[in-house]
Parts: sequence; C-alpha cells; structure tokens
Amino acid sequence: MSLDEYSRREFKQVGTRVRRPDGVDKVTGRALYGADVTAPGMLIGRILRSPHAHAKIKSIDTTAAEALKGVRAVVTSADFGVPDDDFTRDVQDNCMARGKALYDGHAVAAVAATDSATAKAALKLIKVDYEILPHVTDVDEAMKPDAPVVQKGRVQENVPSGYSENVTAHFEFGHGDIEAGFAKADKIVERSFKTAATHQGYIEPHACLAAVTSDGKADLWCCTQGQFFVRTLCADIIGMEASQLRVTASEIGGGFGGKTTVFIEPVALALSKKSGRPVKIVMTRDEVFRATGPTVSSSSDVKIGMTKDGRITAGLATLRYQGGAFPCGTTEFGCSAAFAAYDLDAVKTLGWSVLTNRPKEAAYRAPGAPMAVYAVESVVDELCRHFDLDPLEVRLKNAARKGTKSSYGPTFSDIGLVATLEAAQKHPHYAAPLGPNQGRGLSCGFWFNFGGNTCVSLNVNTDGTVGITEGNPDIGGSRASISLMAAEELGIPYEKIRTVVVDTNSLGYNDVTDGSRVTFAVGLATIKAARDAIKKMCGRAAKMWGIDPEAVEWKDGAAVPAGPNAGKFPPMTLAEIAAVSAKTGGPIAGHHEVNADGAGVSFGVHLVDVEVDKETGATKVLRYTIFQDAGKAVHPDYVEGQMQGGAVQGIGWALNEEYIYGKDGKLQNPGFLDYRVPVASDLPNIETVILEIPNPGHPYGVRGVGETPIVPPLAAISNAVSHATGVRMTELPMSPPRVLKAITDGA
Amino acid sequence: MKSIPVSTTINGDPHEFLCAPDETLLDVLRNRLGLTGAKEGCGTGDCGACSVTIDGRLVCSCLVLGAEAEGAEITTIEGMADGDQLHPLQRHFIDEAALQCGICTPGILVAAKSLLEKNPDPSDEEIRYWLAGNLCRCTGYDKIIRAVQAAAAEMRGA
Amino acid sequence: MRYLTATTAKQAVDALAAEKGLTRVLAGGTDVLVQLKAGMVEPDLIVDIKKIPGIRDIKAEKGGFRIGAAVSGAELGEHQGVRAIWPGVVEAFELIGSTQVQGRATMAGNLCNGSPAADSVPALVAANATARIEGPEGSRDCPIGDIPAGPGKINLKKGEIITSIFLPPREKGASDAYLRFIPRTEMDIAVASAGVSLELDGDGAIKAARVALGAIAPTVLLAEKAGNLLIGTKLDDGTLEKFAKACEAMCAPIDDKRGTVEFRTRTAGTLAKRAALIAYARAGGSR
Repeated sequence: MSLDEYSRREFKQVGTRVRRPDGVDKVTGRALYGADVTAPGMLIGRILRSPHAHAKIKSIDTTAAEALKGVRAVVTSADFGVPDDDFTRDVQDNCMARGKALYDGHAVAAVAATDSATAKAALKLIKVDYEILPHVTDVDEAMKPDAPVVQKGRVQENVPSGYSENVTAHFEFGHGDIEAGFAKADKIVERSFKTAATHQGYIEPHACLAAVTSDGKADLWCCTQGQFFVRTLCADIIGMEASQLRVTASEIGGGFGGKTTVFIEPVALALSKKSGRPVKIVMTRDEVFRATGPTVSSSSDVKIGMTKDGRITAGLATLRYQGGAFPCGTTEFGCSAAFAAYDLDAVKTLGWSVLTNRPKEAAYRAPGAPMAVYAVESVVDELCRHFDLDPLEVRLKNAARKGTKSSYGPTFSDIGLVATLEAAQKHPHYAAPLGPNQGRGLSCGFWFNFGGNTCVSLNVNTDGTVGITEGNPDIGGSRASISLMAAEELGIPYEKIRTVVVDTNSLGYNDVTDGSRVTFAVGLATIKAARDAIKKMCGRAAKMWGIDPEAVEWKDGAAVPAGPNAGKFPPMTLAEIAAVSAKTGGPIAGHHEVNADGAGVSFGVHLVDVEVDKETGATKVLRYTIFQDAGKAVHPDYVEGQMQGGAVQGIGWALNEEYIYGKDGKLQNPGFLDYRVPVASDLPNIETVILEIPNPGHPYGVRGVGETPIVPPLAAISNAVSHATGVRMTELPMSPPRVLKAITDGA
Repeated sequence: MKSIPVSTTINGDPHEFLCAPDETLLDVLRNRLGLTGAKEGCGTGDCGACSVTIDGRLVCSCLVLGAEAEGAEITTIEGMADGDQLHPLQRHFIDEAALQCGICTPGILVAAKSLLEKNPDPSDEEIRYWLAGNLCRCTGYDKIIRAVQAAAAEMRGA
Repeated sequence: MRYLTATTAKQAVDALAAEKGLTRVLAGGTDVLVQLKAGMVEPDLIVDIKKIPGIRDIKAEKGGFRIGAAVSGAELGEHQGVRAIWPGVVEAFELIGSTQVQGRATMAGNLCNGSPAADSVPALVAANATARIEGPEGSRDCPIGDIPAGPGKINLKKGEIITSIFLPPREKGASDAYLRFIPRTEMDIAVASAGVSLELDGDGAIKAARVALGAIAPTVLLAEKAGNLLIGTKLDDGTLEKFAKACEAMCAPIDDKRGTVEFRTRTAGTLAKRAALIAYARAGGSR
C-alpha cells in the first residue's frame, strides 16, 4: 500500500473551521485582483470587436488610429503567427480573429494608448471592411446540412455524412443491449429537452498587465485559474521561451471554469511588445458576456424504460452541444455524466459537438454534466410519477455503488451516492408538507473530479513556522485547507503556517485550478511534502542523537525515538529541530511533485421546494437542501460554501439565466441587468448536509467538492416546477413567460 | 476635455484631485487615488461591487461622476476598519466564511454597514432585499446573511 | 464634454438652451451614466441640477406634496407624509434598482429617461401628478402622462427641465397601489406594470379610478375605459375579470428579451387586477 492511499485517522485540525489567511486583506479592500495593479509608464489596451455574428474581414485599416496622439501600438491578427497545432491556433484565433469574425464580439484589433479615453477614441478610427456572411446560433439549426458553415475542415473522422460541417465530433458510451432492456420495461418515456447557454458570471472581469522588455523577457499579471497554463499558451502564441515569461496570478474574483484559458493576455503581451511599454487590459462587463467562454447550449433526447416496481431497464441519451465557433470540448463529459448515478445493465449515450456563431465555450463548473443530468433526471422523475413510486426509493433501487460498472466505462470504488440518498430520505425536508401551487423536486448529481500535475514546496523556517508555496490560484479558500492539511501532518498549529500561491518561475508546472482538483491534489502533494520534510527532520534528530534515522519517528509535531530499542531521548519539536538546522545540514524543506490520480468521484442529491404563481409563471424557491459526499471535509465552511454557491448557480440556470441571441445573431443581453443571476432576495437559506465517505485515493480521504453541486439543481427545480404546475417542463431556463405558456398550453 | 479640480473628503481625510468631466467616481478612487478596494464588476450599477457612501447615502460609485464629489463626504471600504481593529462586520465575514473569492466583499460590507446604521435589527428578508444590488456569485448568499446577522447581534450588544 | 453645476434653475435653462451640441441633465445619474458608459450618448454638456436651491426638498403644498426633481428614492421613501397619502407612488419609485440606485435615482429622471417600463410613471399617471417645467419661455405645469413621447423620447423643448413633481391632495377613503412584474425579486426592468388609484364613497364603492399600464406600449398608457369599469363597484370578481380583460385589450407591447407580447399582455391584466385590490384595501374598502 503506497503512502498516498487512505488510512483511517483521528483528525486534530482537519475538519475545523479556521480563519482563512487572506481574510483580512479581502475584508479591508487590500487584496489585489487583476485590475488593481499599475506599472510605471503603463498604457491602457482596448479591443475592437466585431459587431457582426459572422463576417469575412476583407481589410483592416489602422493608419488613422496609429496617427492619433497618445496611441502607442495597434495590433491585428497580422501581428501574430499561425500556431501549428489546432488547439493553440483556436485559442489564438479566439483572442484575435484571423480572416473571419466568427461571432458578435469577436476581437478584430487592439490598441494601446496613454489612457483609456484615447484608446477608446482610437478604436473608432480603425476601419474594418466586413463582408457579412450568413450565421447560425442554434444548435439544432447548425446541424442541418444546409446551415451556414462556421469553420471548414474541422470534422473528425467518425462523424457520419449527412450533417453540416458544423458537426465536428461524435461520441458514444455505454454497455449492454439497449433494445433488450427497453423490451423488459413496463413503461418507456422519451422526451426532448433544451437548455440555454449560461455564463459563469464571475463578478471580476478579466484583467491583465503585461510588460515585455526588449531582451525578450516578459512579466504577466492576470486573474486566472492557472498561471502555468497561461504561460504555456502565451509563450506559444507570442513565441517566447517558458522561462522568460513569468506569469503571476492575482487574487481571482471568481472563475468557475471561465478563467481556465486566455482571452486578453496574448493581446496585452503583443501590444506591450510592440509599444515597449507595460500594457493593462481590463474587460468591460459587456466584453465579458460577448467574448469570453460561456457554457454550451444543448438539445437532447432521453429515452428510459422502467419496470412497474421501479427498476430501470435501459437508458438512452442523445446530446447535442454547441460550444461556439470552435470545436467543443465538453460533449464527452456530458455523455459520461448523464447516467453516472445509475447501475444499469443497458445504457447508451450519444454525443454531437456542433459549431455555431457564438463565443468559444469555456469550462463552467462540471462542464457538460448539468444539462445531461437534467434531461435524464427529468425522465426518471416522470417515470416515478407514472408508477406513483417514491423518487428517492427508485433512485436507491437503481443507485450506482461500489462495484458498479459505470455508464462511461470505469468500475466505481467507494462512492457516496447511496449514503447521500439515505440522508435525504431521513431529512425532515423530505417529509415536510407542501401547500397549494407548491412542488418538490429532487435530483442526483455527479462529477468525475480530477487530480493532475501538482508541485508543492514546504519550507521549515528556523523559528518553527512553515511556509508553503503552491501553484493553484485560490478561488474558494483553498489556502486555508492546504495549511490545515500541513498542520495536521506536521503536528503544528494552523496559525504557524502560511500558504502562498506563487508565480510560474517559483515552482514546477501545476495544472489549472479546475476539475475540483485543488484540495485533493494540492492537498495530497502538501501532505507528502510534509512527510518529506518530516523524514528530513527525523534524519536531523537522528544525527543529533547519534542513532539510525530509521529509528526516529514523528509524533505530535516532534521527532521521537521509535520504540525503546532506539534509545532514550526527549522529543525534539519541529521548532527545536529547525532552530539548529544550520548546524545539522542546512535549511529544511519538503517537496512533492506528482501527476495525481485517484481523485474519487463525487455524488450529491438536492431537494427543493418551489411555489409557482400560475397567473404569471413566476417560480419562488422556498426551501433547498443539499446532501453531498465530500470524502473528508477539510474546512467544512468552505465545503458548505461550494455546495451553496454551486446550487445557486444552478438555480439561476434553471430559472432565469440565458444567452439570448437576436435574429441578427447578436447577443441581446450582455449585462447583469438582463443576464439575470440570482440576487440575495431571490433565495432562501441553502441547507447543507455533508457526508464523508473517504476517497481511497487520498491520504485523508478527500474528494473534490466544487463542481458536483451545480449538477442537480436544473432537474431538481424542473421536477419541482413540473409538480407544482402539473405540466412537465422540458426547456431551460424556466423563465416566467415560458412557464406561463406551458401552463396555458397544458391546460 | 478639460479636467475639473475637485475637493472632497474620503474616509475623513481631505483629498483634492483633477478628473475628466465624464470620469466616474469609481475611476477616480481606483486610478487617481489608489483606493482599489471598490471594484468594477459591471460599470452600470447592476452588481454593487463599487459601493461607497456619499454624505451617508449608499451609492454605486460607477454611477457617480468624480466631479459630483465636490464638497462631499465619501466613505469606502478602506475606511471601515479602525486602524488594525476590524469592524464587527469585517470580523464576522471572516469568521462565518461569508466570502470565497472576495471580489464582491468590499461592496457588500459597505452596503451592510449602511443597513445596520439604519436598521440595527434587520430580518433575514430585510438583509436580502437591502443587499439585492450586491451580486455574489460564489456563496449563494447564505453565509453572508448569517455574517450580517452575527455582526448586527454583536453591535446591538446581544 | 463639459460639466456644469447649476446653482439656479435659470442658469441650467440658459446653459442647456445655449448649447449647440448634445446635452444631458444630471440629477441622480443612474440612467445617464449607464448611457455614457455604453457609449450610447456622447453629450457635449452635462448640467448637474442638484445644487439648485430647493430641488432636493419635499414640501407640503395645497394639501398635496411638491417633490423636487433631485429628491432620491431613499429620501422619498423616508418621507412619512407622502407615504401616507400616495403609498403606490412611493412603492413604485422604491422598486427602481438597488438600494444603491435608490440613493441617487430621481422620479423626474425616471420620467425623463423616456422608458415605457419606467416604474414611477404609471403610478404618477394614476395619481394625476403634474410636472413643473422651467424653460427659456418661463415656467409651466404639465400632466405627467403628456411627457413621455415614445421609447427614449419626451415632450420637453430645448432648454426645458423638470424642477419638481406635484402630487395632488387626497381625500379620506382614497389610495393607490403599483405592481410590476420582473423575473427576479429585484434588479430587473418591469416586463409589465400597473398603477391604480382609487377613491371610495362612504359605502366603500369606488367613485373614481385612474389606472395606468407600463411596458405594454411605446409609452405608459392611461387605461380610462378599464378604470371606468370599476366605478360604482366594490371590486367583485366579475368586475375584476372584466377589468383585467379591458386592460389586456389596450396592450400593444413588443416581443423582446424581457417578455413576449402574450406574456406582457396577460401579466398587465393580472397586475392591474391585483393592484386594484391592494389600492382598494388601502383606501379602506372591504369586498
């Protein structure tokens, strides 16, 4: 058994609700986010964006802009090379259109000037000659053979003929004999669903400050979920060596997956290189909506068969995802997640990735999963209603558990779905009475969770304190969790440890803060870095005691002789060993580098009560309870926070949030006024119940918790609204006009 | 555009600055005075991240011109703590984990302080409606409401 | 752009009249600054009227109230006198935007922004309020309903500004109410709205009714025929249904990102019905 596998232990600090290390900075306004820094001689960059959904760029005349006093640089795609690989080229082409503007808001040129007003004035002087092309923004329309083609030559080999070239990829998962399964069913329900594209809606717009010097070095400060990935992308796009581009992640004002790629950073670097001055770019909110990475919109068909006693005999889902103007990366996740909560003999999911004239999708919290699970959990709910079966009983009867061959291939090890379902069943919420026009809904949710490349250094200071350097921007309190795990392992108080997130030159490569990986993978690396430091400290004690290093062990923050045969020495604490480290071999530091696997999947169940105003179609969320397996909740406050925040994003998605495109292909609602994220008065308290079914792949049993909570709300609320109105809802968001129409049409 | 000289008071200190006629108070605070605690989340009054008070009234500083600050008393998040003594709201926001990314936190604290000055014993619903113009995308608001209640109770001496 | 702080109404009027380019009046600024940010307008002159003496005051006048053009929503909401006799107007104005926006936004600004969805306008029209206008040709009073001219357009001449809004006196047994529909609980623009002002006779029957609908036509509409259906009744269910249908019948809304024609129409009827019930109860009526 290797050291990183789980072993049961009594925790002293992990699981306590300590104060986060960045708290004071954040409540006093001192924390520095993307837009909060300046540099001497700094210019302001602004980006000119296409007003057309789809247009050929025949020419760009920048001479008048360049001539404007105060303008120091203008760039277009001509200032960038053409990367060899598709992936980098897509990222670059999304940052700066090459040849064609592919969506409303697509960048076509950028300027750097001495101030924002001058930069704005310069944008108006750039003349772009567009040839407007027909456009398509709806996923089903874009699949039709005669649809306007967004990009040519992107179709993967396994896509059958008969579709538009916009259909770039096809996926298929599953096992068993589907037709035989349906033949065993007492009832089959088949329904089609649609979900709108939504945006992560982080409150901090993208911002960066780039400074390129004439000797080929550069510094980039930006709000990102992954400074190392930003470095890789920007170095490739700008043509720099990784070592010469130092990227520092600012405090990040929300990301939720939307800050896992670059939009403005290569542009700022190009402007800085051309002008020889530092360049800052801060997006407006309008730009954030039009030209960053919303989630996919989807269209799907789900067919499920059930016996009258509630056994699911077969499940089939077809998912069609549009991810904007570039090949979409999340269809596969949706296909894999759709039936993950069920132990099925016969299951199949088919996926289609589709190009449209919309911005290139980026990750959004459990990317691809919510819309797939929404469709499946809606149909399961309808079958439960048909047979008048308890929806929790039915889910328990069919629940995936240890040993289940999952619908996407792997066989599950220890998972917490049954425990969360049982917790929901016992909770008073499940038995609470409902009033008129009220309905209760529930849904399971699932996310894979990731591990990935991780690198942590743990420095033991001579005063007995510890500094940890890690490479993953802290979006939701992870520095506190990492310090807690180190404190637990080292046996010193949490307050003696400070964890900082460092730049790309200070550590080896760390994958992006995504996939709910940080508390799991950085935590794992931190625990092992602590063990590395402990091994060294034991060695120092052994040296001082004149005994074999193997004869020393670490207990309660101190080196002690391992048993009576090792000799009699009083314990030497971390502080005592550190204080004399200069005399015993020099500074003491622990390190760990890993490409972590064993992340451990995560399941949750959400219960929601709603009330629908049948005269207006308005839905009010009355009560909301979340049950989720956290493996081990390192800092319960921030586990609850992830659960609550994810659920509320899901509530927004279910009820009001949507990208609305006009017939002209332009985004109609690029602002928080009409892109309606939930406000405080829309919501009840969100109750949380944390289950702890240890993940065998982590020393403390930790599982990622951040993404699963956005998966169940869509179906849970849709099921609740369906029960409150008596009409099955099949399209998101369930905005009041849509609900009122469904009630009217259904009556 | 000719700049306008403005004399104002910010967090009790006198300040003088020059600003363009169309420059917002938020831009003045952030770009001219180095007070970057107020954030621009939208620039259109929809998110509340730039909340400050002017002559005791809670406002979005993105919807105020810098020139309008002439003769006014402005308070920002930077003026909330008394030296190293955090305001009870600030302390309870940390203790109750009422922030995750923290970008909305300055605006919410300024708004919550303004509420408790007007209503020392608000209901949850009153807090939720008062803060409806302060978007938070991380927390789902639950812990924010609890933190405001905890601070209010402490301030009432309860 | 130039910025002028006017210290008298005349100074504001003169400056606005003399300016050859585009002008904007700045009171609360909650619409103007959004338009500036979006680049929708690039005014040559902005005149800040908040320093004009009296323009931030609420004064009792002839049994009613004169509300200065720069009185904010927060200030109006704190005025118990206005709240007592025109609760519908106050609730309409207080619905606009967030607490922060309330700290600045003004009713006159809401009116002059020319939005068919302006929350305070249906309530003001139902209240039969008037605006006092100062202009190059002197002072005039104008019914609120005559000011909107279409989306983003108002019937004010060059150099004219609104300096106050007058809410008339109220007899006993009269009250008003305003309801709007928005998808969330706060922070949205009305998808449909209704303001209802009622006067009851000694028996609790309605003797006068003014009803105005918002966001269902290019301007806020006074629903005269629908209002007349209420007269002589105590809002029995049959009357309410006829009333709602009459309100719906005069709706001519648009389909847009905020709502469909069908939805706006039906919701306007629903809201008018519900607002009438609230106003009736406030006026002391019992069904």
